[in-house]
Parts: sequence; structure tokens; C-alpha cells
Amino acid sequence: MSLSVILLVLLALAVVGYVLGRSRALGSAGGDMQKLHSLPSYYGWNAALMVLIPSLLVLVVWLIVQPIVIHNQVASMISEASIEKSSLDLVMSDVKRVADGLDAAVEAGAMTADQASSIRTEFTDVRDRLGDVGVALGSDVNSETLRAAQRYREIASTGALLRLIVVVGFGLAGLAFAYMRSHRDFRARNVVERVVRWILLSAASIAILTTLGIVLSLIFNTIEFFRVYPAADFFFGLTWSPSFGGGSELGIVPLIWATLYISFIALSVAVPVGLFAAIYLSEYAGPHVRSFAKPMLEVLAGIPTIVYGLFALLTVGPLLVDAFGGGGLFGVDWMQGASSVLTAGFVMGIMLIPFVSSLSDDIINAVPQAMRDGSLGLGATHSETVKQVILPAALPGIVGAILLAASRAIGETMIVVLGAGAAARLSLNPLEAMTTVTAKIVSQLTGDADFASPEALVAFALGMTLFVVTLLLNIAALYIVRKYREQYE
Amino acid sequence: MNELTHVDEAAVSGQPKIAPAVEPKIVARKVQVFYGDNHAIKDVDVDIPANSVMSFIGPSGCGKSTFLRCLNRMNDTIDVCRVEGKIELDHEDIYDPKVDPVQLRAKVGMVFQKPNPFPKSIFENVAYGPRIHGLARNKTDMEEIVVTALQKAGLFAEVKDRLDAPGTGLSGGQQQRLCIARAIAVSPEVILMDEPCSALDPIATAKVEELIDELRENYTIVIVTHSMQQAARVSQRTAFFHLGLLVEEGPTDNIFTNPHDKRTQDYITGRFG
Repeated sequence: MSLSVILLVLLALAVVGYVLGRSRALGSAGGDMQKLHSLPSYYGWNAALMVLIPSLLVLVVWLIVQPIVIHNQVASMISEASIEKSSLDLVMSDVKRVADGLDAAVEAGAMTADQASSIRTEFTDVRDRLGDVGVALGSDVNSETLRAAQRYREIASTGALLRLIVVVGFGLAGLAFAYMRSHRDFRARNVVERVVRWILLSAASIAILTTLGIVLSLIFNTIEFFRVYPAADFFFGLTWSPSFGGGSELGIVPLIWATLYISFIALSVAVPVGLFAAIYLSEYAGPHVRSFAKPMLEVLAGIPTIVYGLFALLTVGPLLVDAFGGGGLFGVDWMQGASSVLTAGFVMGIMLIPFVSSLSDDIINAVPQAMRDGSLGLGATHSETVKQVILPAALPGIVGAILLAASRAIGETMIVVLGAGAAARLSLNPLEAMTTVTAKIVSQLTGDADFASPEALVAFALGMTLFVVTLLLNIAALYIVRKYREQYE
Repeated sequence: MNELTHVDEAAVSGQPKIAPAVEPKIVARKVQVFYGDNHAIKDVDVDIPANSVMSFIGPSGCGKSTFLRCLNRMNDTIDVCRVEGKIELDHEDIYDPKVDPVQLRAKVGMVFQKPNPFPKSIFENVAYGPRIHGLARNKTDMEEIVVTALQKAGLFAEVKDRLDAPGTGLSGGQQQRLCIARAIAVSPEVILMDEPCSALDPIATAKVEELIDELRENYTIVIVTHSMQQAARVSQRTAFFHLGLLVEEGPTDNIFTNPHDKRTQDYITGRFG
């Protein structure tokens, strides 16, 4: 019995529950809605939720537990000898493939269900027969694997049957329970609202738990890394030269330097442009210009960063080479290739403009009109009002917006991968290619990396460092923004 | 010289004519205000005498605040608002293209309904106007201007030890007096007050009213108020607005004791509004 059938059955039960719960409650009040504690639909929803929630919870638990149980049952059939030859995981994946193959064969009609559970390697070449129905196996199937596979199928099919009975049983029990309770004095509205609150809470906790999970996976791998590579060398090493042959130098300093350098250039483009755009949009632009320009600016925020990366690589980089390269506009030879800190920083700055402008615009608009009136009423010009009253009042919020933009800049990857270059370097020249923490995480984990080597594990340490830096920036930004909000509301 | 006082002359026939002691500071003739298609002020003529307090009363939405905002061209900041007619300050048309509204607002200060101190220190709140207009040559000058303005607004004794504290930390009444001090600091000739006490408790209101009475000596004051008692307490002349029209204008005592127009009578006796 497949999962979708179970879900359909539960859904049907829920609909039945809704109708029954509603009608029984109405019946208990003699059909007079005024005598019910809650609206009739609440009794219906109560029954439907009583069907769905316990049974779905059981289903989820079952789906998690069943594979573990099967694994343990079947694994006990595998002899020590075969485990020694390869490994338990490999044998088990073989078993699973054969089992799936037998399922496919039965479905395609190449075998009857009886044959599938009774064939023996001694009499049949299982590999050929499964090959006929399109299941390719890497090696010949020995009798032990085949028997394990057949056992696997047995347990799985019993499990599926049991699952259907138990889950639908829970659904029916919920239905009966809710039906019994559907009485005109039953406070169905309160119960439904409490359940809804729990649903909302669990949605919120999924987000939080996921964050926690990400952090934990980073932490464990980072600890693993620091076991094979000294932390002091990582944090203070000035050279980044990983080699998968061993003897790597994995100093984070040149990467952090380039990250901060590029972010600095990006912010020095994005902050003035974004802020001035926000001031124009919120203070000077008429409603027509505003309704046109604000969405246009926000389109910039919707462009995928890989497109910005291409823009950096194909347009901005060559333009900068034309200006600063050998035989270029300024007659200097400061720039070798299109990739440089300036290229990536400039394009990243453009990407951040809508981020800064949109947030600052909201914050400037939040400054009460009374402030503007007060200043204008004293004979200040509009520009004096903006400079001396509105911007100071909005400053904490603007600083918060800038910090949020900074954490975006630090975590940005694609623009850097394409625009900044691949060589880790400690240099002050913005026209040289450098590489950042994020770009190196990509290059350390792509390709055939051995996940036990420090060269691959370093990616987690880099990610953890980045995570801590941006987390601190975000906390600072949120703190500042919140403090600002308290001022007017 | 003042053909607009015909109303009270008629109303108090038999009594000697009460003419303003001095030449009017502001003269408005045939003032019309439009908000888009909405005709908010219709044909308002009024003379506002110098060195006295004039109050505008009337039901909500009658146009009294709108008219007040015409007197320092604050309505210019509203895009859809259009003003017609003539408003003269000391015989100069303030809507003349040659007039800089920013300069005008330095001469005609304004205090708003809700106290709106800037999120700066008390000192900086008062120093803001003088600084913009370059009224102080040095720090000592500025300190003198600020202290004088705070003294005139009756606030100095309460805040002299904490001039660096934020203005937003004061109580509502103190904030409003800070806003008055801020307006006084640029040495205006006229002060417009748009329901200055509507957000204040009775004690703070009494203090502000007392202050308004003192300020009359040096400034021409126009106050919009919802409280007829307040109009009676602080103003020498009162104008009653209704549906965008100036219905009746005259000495405050006459308006409240012997209104000429039926609508004024209905309003002050509480029959509508």
C-alpha cells in the first residue's frame, strides 16, 4: 500500500469527520445554531483535525523508524565474511538494489510474486533476469544477498500493511473520539484555535531548528578540522596554499583581508548611492516618479548574483583593464586581468544599492511629518531640514541598514568567484586579483574532495568564521534598528 | 480703515466702536484655498491686529487650520494645495513671487498641535533656528539667544541644569513650551499656534496660556483652538469659521456675549460643532 493511498484515505476520513462532527453538533442543539457554543464549522474542523494530526504524526514516526528496523533485521543475516570483504554499507545497498529489482520484475510481469520470494541463485541467474526488466546490477548476486533481499521485501511488505492498519486506525480513533465529543456544550472553537496555535508554533520552530542544525553541522566539522590542523595556524597564517597532496598552508588572513577589502569597496559604492537615492525618493520625488523609480530600483535586488558576476567578468572588468591596464586610458600598467578586487567590489556595490536605498527609504519615511513641519516652520529650507533634522533622526536606522548590507557583502559568493579572481593574496592594490572566504569554500568542496582531509574540512572552518562574523553584524544591526524604533512609537 | 469689523459694529450698536489700537499686522482679502478639487477656504477677509492675540474658532474641518497655514505659506509644502487672493504682512504681499517662503517663515513662526521637539538636546532644539539663519556670531551669542528664548517661554528655570538632555525627554507641556522657545529664538514678528494645548493636561495648558498672554507684548499671535474657554481667556479678537467661510469676526467679548450671526450663536452655545 503506497504512501499516497494512505494520505488519500486520511483525507477522506477528515472530510467525513468534518461532515459528521458538524452535523452531530447541530443535531445536539436541535438544529438551532444559537444554542451551539461555537459555529458549526468549528465542530467540523475539530473532527477533521482529530483525524489528521495524530495519524499523520504516527505516519511520520513510522516512516523514520521502519527503515531502521528493516536495516537491523536484514543486517543480522549478512555473514561476517561478506562484511569483511567489502563493508556492511555496500552489502546493504546491494541488498536494497536486488530487492528493488525484484519489485520491478514482479511489476513488469517477468516473475510472479511467488517466484520472486522463492527463486534461488543455485537455479537461476538473478542478474540476467533482473537485467531483462531493466535493473542493472554491478556484480553477480550471491545466494546470501538474494536471501537478504527476499527477507527485506518480506519485512517491507508486512511493514507497509501494518503501517496502513495502524495509521488508518489512529485516523478512525480520532474520528470516533471527536464525534463523541461533538456536543452543543463542547467548546470546539477554543480547541481548534489551540490546535492552530500549535501548528503555527511548529512552523516557527522548524525555521529555528533548521538554523540550529546548520550551526551544529558546521561546528562538528569545524572541530574535526581543528583536530587535524592547528587553530593558531588557521587564524594567523598569512599564506593560503592548499594542496591535496599534503603540506598545505591554510591561513585565513589573506582570505579575510580580501573579503573585507571587497566589502569595503562595495559599501563605499552602495552606501552613498543608495542613501542619496533614498533621500531623493522619499523627500523630493513626486508620487509619479516614486511609483516608477522605486520598483525599478528594487528590480536590481531581484537579479540573480550570478548575472552580476557575469556583468563583472565581461563588462566591468574589461572596462577597468582599458583604463588601468597596460596601454590603457591612463597609460599605466597596474592591472593584468579583468578579475580584481575593484571589479568585484564595484559590481557588488551595485548589487547592494537597492538593499541600502530600500531600507533607508523606509526609515526616512518613518520620521514623523511633525519633524519636517517643525523645521520648515522655523524657516529652514527643505535641504536644511533633510540634513539637520531628518537624517540625524533616521541615522540609527540607516546605520542598521548599512550593517545588514555589509553582512550581505561579506557572504556574497558568485560575484567574487567570477569577478575577484582565484589567487589568495595579501595586497593593498585594489587592481590585483584576490580571493575571498566564500570563493574558497566553493573551490575546496567542489570536485572529488576527501572529506577527511584538512583541505576539505577547512571549508567548514571558513564557513563557521563567516557565520560568526555575519551573525555579529546582524545582531548589531538589529539592535540598532530596534533602538531607533523605540524613539517614535 | 477696517471695513471688516462691520459685523461687530452692527452687533454692538449703541456701544462705542472698538477699533484695533494699532494698524493691522496682517491683512487678508478674498483668500481662497483649494485642496485639489476641494474648495477649503472661501473668500476670507480678515485683519489681524499687531501685538494682540487673535483666535480662530469653529467646528472641525471648518478650515481654520488651513487658513492659519496660509499665513506662513506652510501650505506650499502640500502639492495639491492652491491659494488664491491676497495676504499682506506689513503691506507686503506674502504670495508675491519675489517673497522667499523660507524667509517668510522666519518672520512668521509656527507652533504645532502636537509638541514636536527634534530628537536633539534642549539647547540644540532652540539653537536650530538661529543657527540656520546665522543669528549668532559666536558661541556666547548663541548661548544668550537660547537662554533668552527659554526664559521668554518660561522654561528656563525648569531646564537650566539639563540643557544637554534630549528635548524629547521633557513632559508634554514642557515640550510645547520648548517648541514655543524654538519659535521665539528666530525673533519672529508673528507666531501662529495650531491648537497648541490640545495634547496637554489642564495644568500645562494654563502655563501655556499664561505664556501666550505675556508674549502678546512683543509678538502678534494667531491661535487656532477648539476650546471656546481658551479663546475667551487668551484672545482679544475672535474669528468664527464655518464650512470654509469666515462667519463672524470681532472683539472676543462681543463674539461670546453678543454674537451677530445665528451660526456663531449656535456654535458657542453648543448646539452644533
